[in-house]
Amino acid sequence: MKRFGARVAHAAFVLWAVATLTFLLFRLMPGDPTLNFLSDSFSEEMRADLLQSFGLDKPLPEQYLIYLGSLLRGDLGVSFLQKRPVLDILLAALPNTAALTVTALVIAYAFGIVAGAFLAFARGTVTEGIAIPAALITRAAPEFWLGMLLLSWLSFAWGIFPSGGANVAGSEFASEWARMTSADFLWHLILPALTLALYLQGLPLLLMRATMLEVLNDEFIVMARMKGLSRWAIVMRHAARNALLPVATAFALGLGSSFGGNVVIETVFSWPGLGRVLVSAVQGADYPLAQGAFIMISAVLVVMNMVADLLYAWLDPRVSVGARR
Amino acid sequence: MPGASAVPRRPLPGALRASFGFLRSQPFAIAGLAIYLLFIVMAIFADQIATHDPREILFRGAYRVARYLPPSATHYLGTTAGGRDVFSQLVHGSRSALQVGVTAAFFVVVIGTLLGLLSGYLGGWVDKVIMRISDIILGLPFLPFVLVISALTRPGTTTLVASVALMLWPNTARVIRSQVLSLRERGWVEAARVTGCSTPRIIFVHIAPQVAPLAALYGSIAVGWAILTEASASFLGFGDPAAISWGLMLQDAFANQALSRGVWSWFVPPGLCIVLLVLAGFLVSRGSEKLLFPKLGD
Repeated sequence: MKRFGARVAHAAFVLWAVATLTFLLFRLMPGDPTLNFLSDSFSEEMRADLLQSFGLDKPLPEQYLIYLGSLLRGDLGVSFLQKRPVLDILLAALPNTAALTVTALVIAYAFGIVAGAFLAFARGTVTEGIAIPAALITRAAPEFWLGMLLLSWLSFAWGIFPSGGANVAGSEFASEWARMTSADFLWHLILPALTLALYLQGLPLLLMRATMLEVLNDEFIVMARMKGLSRWAIVMRHAARNALLPVATAFALGLGSSFGGNVVIETVFSWPGLGRVLVSAVQGADYPLAQGAFIMISAVLVVMNMVADLLYAWLDPRVSVGARR
Repeated sequence: MPGASAVPRRPLPGALRASFGFLRSQPFAIAGLAIYLLFIVMAIFADQIATHDPREILFRGAYRVARYLPPSATHYLGTTAGGRDVFSQLVHGSRSALQVGVTAAFFVVVIGTLLGLLSGYLGGWVDKVIMRISDIILGLPFLPFVLVISALTRPGTTTLVASVALMLWPNTARVIRSQVLSLRERGWVEAARVTGCSTPRIIFVHIAPQVAPLAALYGSIAVGWAILTEASASFLGFGDPAAISWGLMLQDAFANQALSRGVWSWFVPPGLCIVLLVLAGFLVSRGSEKLLFPKLGD
């Protein structure tokens, strides 16, 4: 419990540091920071009003306190371009990113774990000679390029899948849940999820194979073999269970980093998620929105890093969380 | 004839011989080095290999821009929507890719190794501060951070390289640090300390050479990361618009309906080049991994 508390405190520290860094980044850059935060189309009165509501007329340390206070209340300001609260925009995009990331990760890890375990037994065969370089190639390819290939092939040339978006334009749904469980949404989800999964599967595959090879040489496997257990029982009950440990950790880490790493895939497939909100906000100089999106992506990353650490300690009691790595 | 045959063949110096033997037993590493060599040659002789000026807008007859031409004897890979030669752009793109990859990797290795050495050997508050900073950086999302930095400063290659180096050094520093933690307890370091060696001398003369291979390993991975990041940032419109890079070529192709028009000769080759160059880094590091950690390979 003490270790748990220490890890949570550490995550809180990192979150605070990231928030502070973001604050400084967006305000201390060359040029007039108020210009960053206010567009030209505002009247002088609106400008003064906004300056006051953002606290931008106050000295920097005071601005910082106001900023931290509103962050804690979940108030991320108002988007310049959309004139809506930043939090609303982000919360609308979050389910799309989550659906894409989780689907892709589940596909990638289900495939990677099975294929990796299989490859551990195929040591020195032709299959291994083809599969390992193939896995390395998918890790070396830019995600957006994989997306472009699939898009031009399965969408434009063969017309099987839609070329972008999350739903057919103009479609309406009773609720967010109804939208996300609709056949139309799932149909749009396949291609981007497949692209992301293709990019992600290399890691669990190689990791599973490596740890499997390591575990298979362990004494307890030799023991199990001497006890006369069947090959299946040895693999499933003894080896795979232990080999899954680093893979489970990688899954949690992957969930955190994919939330931010999806930026390019969401752009290629015009997928209305967090990453695309960030990119278009940055391109349109919509700084409150860019800042909010950045903080939200970072928060997911920090929390998932923490979950990965705790998961690792929980699954393997030999590791202590509190100890510095 | 008092020639080469008369002189007894002297064995190669140990390290050199070891690396030759290593290369022969490592087809992966050889393949990786061969790919590197190919692209280095391509970058050096880009002006001779390219058939056209990569920036020149080509014309077909009078006043007709030669856009979307299919591959032919004059244009090996056809032309772009802007009437530029794809093959020539591809060849010149190797320059910016190598430049970005190598400079970023250089800074990652230098910063990471230096901070890792200091952190591991000195311990105490130096270690605490460096590790806390690396914790914070590992809490920043990689690509979004690069994009935000590019947007808030002047977008360009320098900004990209700097932000990649800033984001990647913690991984190297952590590995070097843990290596140093075990090295500093070894007998010869102890001996150096006892004979009165200064701390900088112990760190840079006695310990640094031991961690150099490990640093090189992380460097070869950083080359790939930097190239992928440059490609992604360029694709999203945060690259140096004046440069000729594979990422910009892909962005150009994507923005000009190369996908729906099925102009494969335009958007497949730049991606393949990126894959090859990044893959080369993986292969080299996989090969040297076996040299560094002989226990893993068998």
